[in-house]
Amino acid sequence: MSEITLVQAINRALTRAMRDDPTVVVLGEDVAKDGGVFRATEGLLAEFGEGRVIDTPLAEGAIAGLCVGLAAQGFRPVAEIQFTGFIYPIIDQMMNHASRIRTRTRGRLTCPMVLRSPCGGGIRAVEHHSESPEAIFAHMPGLRVVIPSSPARAYGLLLAAIHDPDPVVFLEPTRLYRAIKEEVPDDGASLPLDRAFVVREGSDLTLVTWGAMLKETMATGERLAAGGVSAEVIDLATLKPLDSETVLRSVAKTGRCVIIHEAPRTAGFGAEVAARIAEHGLLSLLAPIERVAGFDTVMPLLRLEQHYMPEEQRILAAARRVLAFR
Amino acid sequence: MAKSAQSRAAKSGGDSTPEEILTYYRDMLLIRRFEEKAGQLYGMGLIGGFCHLYIGQEAVVVGMQAAAEQGDTVITSYRDHGHMLACGMDAKGVMAELTGRRGGYSKGKGGSMHMFSREKGFYGGHGIVGSQVPLGTGLGFAHSYREDGKVTMCYLGDGAINQGQVYESFNMAALWKLPVVYVIENNKYAMGTSVQRSSAGTELYKRGVAYGIPGERVDGMDVMSVRKTGAAALAHAREGKGPFILEMMTYRYRGHSMSDPAKYRSKEEVAKMRQEHDPIDRLREYILSNKVADEAKLKDIDREIKDIVSAATEFAQQSPEPDPSELWTDVLLEA
Ligand SMILES: Cc1ncc(C[n+]2csc(CCOP(=O)(O)OP(=O)(O)O)c2C)c(N)n1
Ligand SMILES: [Mg+2]
Repeated sequence: MSEITLVQAINRALTRAMRDDPTVVVLGEDVAKDGGVFRATEGLLAEFGEGRVIDTPLAEGAIAGLCVGLAAQGFRPVAEIQFTGFIYPIIDQMMNHASRIRTRTRGRLTCPMVLRSPCGGGIRAVEHHSESPEAIFAHMPGLRVVIPSSPARAYGLLLAAIHDPDPVVFLEPTRLYRAIKEEVPDDGASLPLDRAFVVREGSDLTLVTWGAMLKETMATGERLAAGGVSAEVIDLATLKPLDSETVLRSVAKTGRCVIIHEAPRTAGFGAEVAARIAEHGLLSLLAPIERVAGFDTVMPLLRLEQHYMPEEQRILAAARRVLAFR
Repeated sequence: MAKSAQSRAAKSGGDSTPEEILTYYRDMLLIRRFEEKAGQLYGMGLIGGFCHLYIGQEAVVVGMQAAAEQGDTVITSYRDHGHMLACGMDAKGVMAELTGRRGGYSKGKGGSMHMFSREKGFYGGHGIVGSQVPLGTGLGFAHSYREDGKVTMCYLGDGAINQGQVYESFNMAALWKLPVVYVIENNKYAMGTSVQRSSAGTELYKRGVAYGIPGERVDGMDVMSVRKTGAAALAHAREGKGPFILEMMTYRYRGHSMSDPAKYRSKEEVAKMRQEHDPIDRLREYILSNKVADEAKLKDIDREIKDIVSAATEFAQQSPEPDPSELWTDVLLEA
């Protein structure tokens, strides 16, 4: 078996879900004939035909609303939004309908839809093509928010998202689409949607992150290890519902924590993680929590992008401050 | 004297003067050469992000600007380099923005899709497909409120026409008789999706019928037709009769952006358009056969354009990169 990239893993999961379940349909702009902007849906049209793989007109709001209607009738639509910058009109449908159908109908109707979209920067593109809106969706009751950070987790989590009876916003780190390869058996096995992953075990410091920042965070872990510091790295993967237990267990062990994310700092999802630790793990803390995040500004064009992204040096500096605190 | 009288004739849809025709030629050629260079710089890795070239569509914006008046305003999508040049924005500032340099129109922080010039009446440069349409309608509202006699040209693509906010805008513009000319640049494709595959009803100029907005389909590969129909549409809006829709039948030669799988159309289709309908070749033939100017004159223009583009390219590579501190500016007005 050969190793595959994250975007290939997405493709594999979509193919598997469509083979296993005839109610799964894929729709979006250029997903059928072109196979999607990043080729995540390549080959689906050929295998499943126009009835189940649908090129839509340019109309994000209606694409999302259509999914809610389809889902209410028992379908499992998987919509692709070309970049997260185009997802904002969809907030209306997600907030007012998708996330509330279960509550509003007292469980008589559900909304098993998945909204997929590439997210995050590091691809030399300004604004709309580099956004990290996970906290906006995490704020909505009735939605799951998932961000994979490896091909295997992308496969397992996407299958889980499609099987899940509730709406899932599935954000795919663009920067990782082709950055890493690994073996991903096409076994149809899904991963849990309410569990964080401890991707590196350690005892001196907890580093919490998700999505593309896992790369720099792991590198920081390695760098610290070279200096004799044992860092534990947690990939949240599912932001909502948040698996705070895994985070709290780690912090109880290490007493020190740095949270890393690419989205702007203020009201970023890191704030929620920090609050959970403050609420339930304050007494195990040996140092203040630090957040290494994007700035409260708009993702700039390429020449400033490197200054925006929380690179390894910034994570390392924060880790050292937290470790030095007495 | 005579020139300005004739120029007024051109704006109201009369015949263009020889000088004006040469200006159209020059302006289209500037866009073509500028875009070719931008494509090269992109290939060399000097331009980041996205870069949507206007090659093939030059006659649309040049024809409309030929019909426009000083003070009219323009707004468009991300395929905007041609619009900026046609509005009279400096090629150096546009190219330097593409390369992300300090001398660019957005200080090197916005790039290809996000440039503005209040002086030249250019209100962007918008990356969200269709979102410029309500904004353009608002620009038109301002002209109407101020009764300044100016019109907004709001450009959108054949893909953008299917966004809901376009119809919300049409309704308001018609309801309040706003001076807006909606210019649909129908280049047959929205990324990889053809008009036939995306649109119920492919006569896009009729999309305003329910609101009572008149529309017309125009050969967008012919600058003279564009100017003439454009002048009539602008006059309609200027006279307070409300919005107008122009559907420009045009074609983009290059890929949607710099990466394009090109699976949605044949090489032959592209070659046929280039060979048989090229707007610049077409005007060139017109100029020569009607003796508007001779080969030597056209050569001079070629040379002049080449110099402008070279100077812009040099500037775009030499202008310094933005200072990292620029990351935090222009977010909110500092207190
Ligand atoms: C709201 C939104 N959805 C999707 C995109 C991605 N996208 C950029 S351009 C484009 C096609 C637009 O086609 P059209 O309106 O015909 O303009 P053209 O590119 O042909 O000039 C798409 C789908 C976007 N920028 N904004
Ligand atoms: Mg188009």
